[in-house]
Amino acid sequence: MSLFQPSQGNAGSTASYQSPPWGEISTGALPQPNRTSAIGYEAVRASRDFWTIQRRYGSFVRPVCALFIIWYFLFVIIAVFAPGFMRISVFGDLNVGLCFGVLQFVSTFVIAMSYRHWARRRLDPLSDRLRHRLEGGQQQ
Amino acid sequence: MTGLAATGAPFTVGTPALNFGIFAFFVVVTLVIAVSAAGRNRSTTDYYAGGRAFTGWQNGIAIGGDYLSAASFLGIAGIIAIYGYDGFLYSIGFLVGWLLVLMLISEPFRNTGRYTMADVLDLRLKAPPVRAAAAVSTLTVSLFYLLAQMAGAGALVSLLLGVKGSVGQDLVVAVVGILMIFYVLVGGMKGTTWVQIVKATILAAGAAVTTVWVLSRAGFSLPSLLQHAAASSPAGTRVLGPGLEYGVSTTTKLDFISLALALVLGTAGLPHVLMRLYTVPNAREARRSVVWTIWLVGLFYLCTLLLGFGAMWLVGGKRILAAPGGGDSAVPLLADKLGGTLLFGIVAAVAFATILAVVAGLTITASASFAHDVYAGLVRHGEAEPADEIRVARITAVVIGIVAVIGGIYAKGIDVAFLVGLAFAIAASANLPSILYSLFWPRFNERGALWSIYGGLITAVSLIIFSPVVSGASSSLITNPHVNFAFFPLNNPGIVAIPVAFFLGWLGTVTDRRPADSARFARMQVRALTGVGAERGGRA
Repeated sequence: MSLFQPSQGNAGSTASYQSPPWGEISTGALPQPNRTSAIGYEAVRASRDFWTIQRRYGSFVRPVCALFIIWYFLFVIIAVFAPGFMRISVFGDLNVGLCFGVLQFVSTFVIAMSYRHWARRRLDPLSDRLRHRLEGGQQQ
Repeated sequence: MTGLAATGAPFTVGTPALNFGIFAFFVVVTLVIAVSAAGRNRSTTDYYAGGRAFTGWQNGIAIGGDYLSAASFLGIAGIIAIYGYDGFLYSIGFLVGWLLVLMLISEPFRNTGRYTMADVLDLRLKAPPVRAAAAVSTLTVSLFYLLAQMAGAGALVSLLLGVKGSVGQDLVVAVVGILMIFYVLVGGMKGTTWVQIVKATILAAGAAVTTVWVLSRAGFSLPSLLQHAAASSPAGTRVLGPGLEYGVSTTTKLDFISLALALVLGTAGLPHVLMRLYTVPNAREARRSVVWTIWLVGLFYLCTLLLGFGAMWLVGGKRILAAPGGGDSAVPLLADKLGGTLLFGIVAAVAFATILAVVAGLTITASASFAHDVYAGLVRHGEAEPADEIRVARITAVVIGIVAVIGGIYAKGIDVAFLVGLAFAIAASANLPSILYSLFWPRFNERGALWSIYGGLITAVSLIIFSPVVSGASSSLITNPHVNFAFFPLNNPGIVAIPVAFFLGWLGTVTDRRPADSARFARMQVRALTGVGAERGGRA
């Protein structure tokens, strides 16, 4: 399944979509996309700007999602099949299991904040620029 | 499970009159908020999406309010108070699932939908049967979740108000139903959201104050709190590690993994959470609101961990189990121990407000889905007058309220956190696959959507019917020991139903020979990632 896969293949082939009536994608103003029909979007999707957004989004989200899901199930599997490990004392009655659990909270906070920070810096400017161009400079 | 419906136990806490006073105060305050915030509610955007005028932090707190149900506040703390560490496992799953919402769902969802989950699928596939399927699964998940909340309400309130006997409890459930119908009818999404915000704030503050109080009793030392808790449990230090509830046999271990899967994937499929993403002006605010929610929910669950152990220490598992509502009464009893009748009354009222608000949120979601997807989308083919659509939504809200009351009366006594776990499993199997596929898989098509939604829904629900939840165990819905059709050994169907739903979505798609609609997928992706053509936000 091509989750987040950029449509690199389409970028060069004009045969796979109707060539856009307004000409080349990456230069000049584009007409406002139609809200009720899907015409014209394939060209946008094939454009370099969109491809960059898509690739960048995937490059963060894919590994981070994989990481937190593995990290979570590691915790679940250990809790279920190796409860003895979770009972090892760290400090008095504070054991590995409680620390591991709290670390799940910490990692969730860290991932959420870093995604927000990353998206604001690396993703938003690109998607803003493309949206403004597609909407023909019309502000919301 | 912990839900021993010890109705009419020889047991009163606090003074019913005082509790009733605090209750009435909360109800009046929230009603005033709902009425004054409601505004006009003339357009469907006002009624379903609060005019899309909420800011990220407001909506983030409101989502937290929707999410932190009685199951979280009372249920998880109660499981911790009785089984120790195993309850903590619930809260971790409930929290971690939000990362999925944050990174994969929130922005694309806000950009591609209008009011409901079905809108997103409809933009991608443009197929009335898919809209119908999405509406069916939205309604099913919402009703299941509603049932869980209503089941908690009866037991809780009977403890708080000293209502004895099952008629009294049923009456309380009915009152909850009527109040929540009123919130939804008068407040619409805007009023409901403000009720949610106020409730979440009070809930968080209440949990924080009680937690600090518990810690102060232990000399602000976490190890000392844990030591006291373990010392007062019959299982000793074993409560501080996993396995008391789920470590009994291979079946219970598998059951736990099933639950863990459902919790982490279910959040992203909960219709009442997804619908809240539409109440903000744009995708960026949707992202911001989910970050707020993660902080609120996370810090709150850390508090419930301490509250649970605090209740284990100061109240004791035996006394909690003997109380009406079983484990769900752990936190109110702890409050009584710490701050006497006044704190007890406040905590109890907060819990009651929680149930009311969550039930209202679920009701507005379910009624929006029926009015927008079924009535306007399918019956009127998208040509319904907004006034008509809102009228249908209001009628639906009343019907759902009545169904919830009847269901709640029947389901009382079942452990709340546990019922919510089932709702998560249904959400994860019926909703999540089709949402993810339609956002990210170019080939996904109508048949894939129908197979994954109906397949996931039917698999999850039928596995629950043939599980020990319904028959064959001492804690089953059907208490007659001679009736036993529990063919499926696990309580939670997630581990089977979720993969089945993903598989069916794939299978349905690849067996459909019609070419995929690449223009629609292109529009979906461009809209999802850039917000081009997304529904515009309103002014605050």
